[in-house]
Amino acid sequence: MMEKVNYAEIVHRCFRCGYCKFPSDYSEINCPSYAKYRFETYFSGGRMWLIRAWMNEELEWSEHLGEIMYSCSTCRNCVEHCVFKFNEQLVDVFIAARSDMVERGQVPKKVGEFFSNLAKFGNPWGYAARRLEWVGRDYANNEFLLHAGCVAAYDDRAKRSLKALLELLDAAGVDYGVFSDEICEGNEAMVMGEFGLFEQLMEQNRRRFEERGVKKVLTPDPHAFNAFKNYYGMDAVHHTQLLWNLVKSSELKVGRVEGRLTYHDPCFLGRWNGVYKEPRKLLSRIGSLYEMPRNRKNAFCCGGGSGNFYTDYLGGRDSPARMRVREAAETAEILVTSCPVCLMMLDNAVSDEGLELDVRDISEVVLEALKS
Amino acid sequence: MYEELKAIVGEENVSKEPEELYIYSSDPGTMPPVKPDYVVMPKTTEEVQKIVLLANKHKVPVVPMGGALSLSGLVRPLKGGIVVDMKRMDRIIEVNERARYAVIEAGVSEGKLKAYLDKRYPSLRISTPDAPPIASVTANALIHGSGRLSQIYGFHSEMVNGMEVVLPTGEVCRVGSCSVSPYWFSRSPLPDLAGLFIGWFGRTGIVTKLGIKLFPKHRYRDVMIFVTENPSYVSDVIWRVAHTEMAEDITVWAQPKPEWAEGFQHTTIYVTADSEEELEFKEKIIRNALMDYIKQKEGGFLYLTPGMKAMFLQEPMSQLVRFADVRKGGGFEYVGAILPVDLFDVAYQKGLEIVERLGVDWAFSIRIIGRSHCMMFAYAYPFNRADEEDVERARKALHETNKAVLEMGGIPWKAEVPAQQLILESMDEGARRLIKRVIEMLDPNGIMNPGNWEVE
Repeated sequence: MMEKVNYAEIVHRCFRCGYCKFPSDYSEINCPSYAKYRFETYFSGGRMWLIRAWMNEELEWSEHLGEIMYSCSTCRNCVEHCVFKFNEQLVDVFIAARSDMVERGQVPKKVGEFFSNLAKFGNPWGYAARRLEWVGRDYANNEFLLHAGCVAAYDDRAKRSLKALLELLDAAGVDYGVFSDEICEGNEAMVMGEFGLFEQLMEQNRRRFEERGVKKVLTPDPHAFNAFKNYYGMDAVHHTQLLWNLVKSSELKVGRVEGRLTYHDPCFLGRWNGVYKEPRKLLSRIGSLYEMPRNRKNAFCCGGGSGNFYTDYLGGRDSPARMRVREAAETAEILVTSCPVCLMMLDNAVSDEGLELDVRDISEVVLEALKS
Repeated sequence: MYEELKAIVGEENVSKEPEELYIYSSDPGTMPPVKPDYVVMPKTTEEVQKIVLLANKHKVPVVPMGGALSLSGLVRPLKGGIVVDMKRMDRIIEVNERARYAVIEAGVSEGKLKAYLDKRYPSLRISTPDAPPIASVTANALIHGSGRLSQIYGFHSEMVNGMEVVLPTGEVCRVGSCSVSPYWFSRSPLPDLAGLFIGWFGRTGIVTKLGIKLFPKHRYRDVMIFVTENPSYVSDVIWRVAHTEMAEDITVWAQPKPEWAEGFQHTTIYVTADSEEELEFKEKIIRNALMDYIKQKEGGFLYLTPGMKAMFLQEPMSQLVRFADVRKGGGFEYVGAILPVDLFDVAYQKGLEIVERLGVDWAFSIRIIGRSHCMMFAYAYPFNRADEEDVERARKALHETNKAVLEMGGIPWKAEVPAQQLILESMDEGARRLIKRVIEMLDPNGIMNPGNWEVE
C-alpha cells in the first residue's frame, strides 16, 4: 500500500513554472489534461496551488474543483519533467489530496458512481459478476493466475485482445488459469484516492489468492500489474514481458507482420514501472517499428488512467486520445499498445477521428506473426 | 457578459469559476493576488477583436496574458475584468529560412518554437531566455526580455520585425514591413510603430502575431567560466571579452551557496563555432584577452566537469528555476536592473548591503546585453510561500532594490506596479505626459490592463 504523502509540506513548494507540461524537447504539451483544457488550473502546477487553496480554506470544494482533480490521469509526465526535488511525489500529492476529499465525501458525481459500482459489483460499470466464465479455464494450482482486469473483462474491443493473448498462451503451452469470478484489483480506486475501497479489494483478492494457492499473476493490464507488483507485493508479470520471453526462447515461433508499426507506451507500464524494452524488442522482432516523436518517458498519455476511461473528463473533440492517434497516424499504419485501457481509448479515438489507423494490442500483433 | 464571451470563444474556453479566478489572480512572484471576473482563451485574432469590442461595450478591463512568468505580477487584473490567456493561439505560421525570421501567434512558447526549429530548421535558432519553456516568445519580446543571443543582438524587443495588434478600440493593424509587404523582414524603413506596443505591459493593445528574428545556429557550443574574487574587476572582464567579439553570450553569477561559490564572481562565456578549429581559436582569443588577470593571479578559468558543462549548456537552464526551492517554499522574484556595465561593482556592493541588512537569501545573475552596452543585473530573492513574513521580507528587499537601482542610474526591468511608480517619479516630465497621452489616445475607455504605467 502506498504511503500517504503529507502534501501540506509540499504543495507550497511548487513554483508553477510549467516544466511539467512538456516532454523533454518541449515540442508539445504533454500533460493530457492541460493539453485538453488549456486553463492553468488543469496542469500539475495549477493543481498544487488549488490543493493548497482548498487546504487553507481559500477555496471551497466544488464539483468543478473535483473535476480538475480527477481529470489528472496520473500519467506521471509531470514526475518525469518537474525540475524540483519533490518531483517524485507530485502524483502522490494528487492521490493523497483526493483521498482527503474522499474522506470528506467530496467527490464529483461520476467518481462517486465509479466507486459505488466498484464496491458493489467489483467493476466500475456495475456489470454482472463471473466475468471470465467464458474462458472456461478456472485456476487450479497453475503456474500463473491470468488476471484480465476490468476493461479487458468487459470492453468488447479489449476482450478481443484478451482472446488473442489466450490463444498465444495456449500455443506456447503456458500453464495458466483464471478466476471466472475475477474482481477488480483496485488500482484505480487507489490512484483515485479511495484507499478504503482499495484495501477492501486487495483484502478480498489476497484471501482468494491464498485460498486457491496463487503465487504468480500474469496480466495484460498495466494498471493491475502496477497494483500487484507495487501494492500487493506479488510476483507479477505483464504480458509483454512473458511474450518477449516466449519469443526469445522460440517457444513461440513467430514470422513477420506487414505494415509500419508504432508503439504507444501505457503510463502504468512505462513511467510507473519502467517497462519500455520488452514491447519494443517484441515488435522489432516481428515487424518494422517506427517511434512516434513522443515515446518512452515522453509518451503522451491516452487520457484513460485514474478512472478517466469511465468518468470521461478527458473526452471530447480535444481529447488526449484523439491527439495521440493523430500523432500515430503520421508515423505508422498500425498503432500497437499493451494496455486494455489504452486500446479502448485509442480505438474509440480512431473511429471519432475517422482515421485509417489500425489499433491493436501487442498480443494481436504477435498472434498474427505466429500465424504468418 | 459571460454568455457573450461564450458566444465568442465557445463555452469550454471561458470561465468564471472560482478555481480559474483563483489561479489567474497571481503569478509565482510576491505581488498580492487580484481576481479577474472572467478568463478567456481565444484561438484567433478575430476572437481577440470581439473580446476587446465587448470589453469596450461594457467598459470592462482586458488583461492579455502570455506565460504569466514575469514574476512581477504584470498580468494580474488590477481592476478586475477579463484575463485573456493567449496560449491557445500557438501556431507557428511561417519560417523564412533565408531571411531568418519566423511569424508566430502570440501564444507560441519559447519551448515550442525552439523544438520546431531544432527539428525542421537545424541551422536556425532563437535567442532563448532562461525562463521556463512555457514562457511566451511574444510576451518576452514585448517586455524587453533578453536571452542567449542578447550579447550579440541586444534585447529581444530589438529582434521584433513586426506584429499584428488588436488595438484597444478593436481595430486590427499590422506594424513593420508586414504592413506593406507579405514579408516580415524588418521594422525599417517605416515609422517605428512597434514602439507603441513594446514595454507597455499590454496597455496599448493585444499583440496577436509576431515576426521575430532568427539567427544562425552553430554546430559546436562550449562554455568557459572565468572566476574573480573582486567585483571591481568584472566590468573590465566583460569589456575585454565583449571586445573580442568571440563570445555568443556572457553572463555573470554570484551567490553564497554552495560554499565554494561564495565570494566569487563567475563570468560565464558561451562560445559557438562551426568547427572544432574555430571553437579552439575563439576560446584561445578569449583566454588571451584575460591573460593579464591570470598572470597577476587575480582570476582564472574554472575547471568544468562534463556534468557542470551540460548544466550550463542546457537551454533554458532549468537550474535557475530550482532557486525557488532554496527555502523550500516555492518562490523567488528578482529585480532585473538594466544598468550600464561599468556600474557592476556599485550594483554588486549595493546588493550585498541590502541582503545583509534585511537578512534575505540571494543570488545575483547578470546577462550582458549588446557588446557590453548594458546588462540585466538580476537581484534574486527566494521566499517561502507558506510563510507570510518571509514573503514580506522578500517584497521589502525587492522594493529597496528597485529604489537603489534607480538611485544608481539604472532602470528596473518588467517592474512591479510599485516600481513602475518609482520609475515614473524619476522620469522626465515630458516623457511622463507623453505616456499618458499615448494611452489616452489609443485607449479612450481605459480598458487595457489599467493600473500599469499609470500616470497621475
